[in-house]
Amino acid sequence: MAPELLPIRVTIQREEDIIRARQQGRDMARSLGFGAVDQSRIATAISELTRNILRYAGTGTAILRPATQGARRGIEIICEDEGPGISDIPFVMQEGVTTGKGLGIGLPGTQRLMDEMKIESQVGQGTTVTIRKWLR
Amino acid sequence: MAQIPIIHLSDVLIVTTQDAISDTDALDLQDQITTAIERTGAKGLIIDISALDIVDSFLGRMLNDIAAMARLMGTKTALVGIQPAVAITLIELGLELRGISTALNVEQALRTLGARIARQT
Repeated sequence: MAPELLPIRVTIQREEDIIRARQQGRDMARSLGFGAVDQSRIATAISELTRNILRYAGTGTAILRPATQGARRGIEIICEDEGPGISDIPFVMQEGVTTGKGLGIGLPGTQRLMDEMKIESQVGQGTTVTIRKWLR
Repeated sequence: MAQIPIIHLSDVLIVTTQDAISDTDALDLQDQITTAIERTGAKGLIIDISALDIVDSFLGRMLNDIAAMARLMGTKTALVGIQPAVAITLIELGLELRGISTALNVEQALRTLGARIARQT
């Protein structure tokens, strides 16, 4: 039985934090038993979400932790910020839509890479994006 | 930031990226490559990303932009060494590297770029 992995909290306030968060995410994914392609999917998803934090909110946090649901095991990443929030979530989930300098593929792309994605946001309060990937 | 070495081999520039590229590094790379193209008049550019285990939408866009800039300067770009997991992730993410030719490794890229440069001149 592998030792239980503890949640990791990464503060996002500089560019280097994006790299740190995705490396920690990859390490945790590997320890949980994810293969190379899933590790890449998870690290890329973390990169997209933490860059959104930096770009739109300035600062925030990424929490990485093992997840369980019944017999399923996997990884969960929660990216939170207290930035401007998203007023129209279906709008930002459309392909090619961007309010910043991005390509507009970040959020819909992240959803395709992961098994689950949930966006909670209040204008003026901030945004929390939770993503999960399950071991097959 | 550290200078990324750019090797100049006859008509071709070869750039090998490090394993983790920050957004600022990627932007600096654009500057360094376009400056090197101007200085050398190279007809081909090979970017070796085999050390990268992640290419996200920002870096993908940077690579696309570098190829577009090089094209404007009369230089053809080949991206080489994309890891299998990176290729799968890029396509699922929805990032098509349009307008940028690819090869499995530097040797193949040299062959195809060389042939295309030869045809042109």
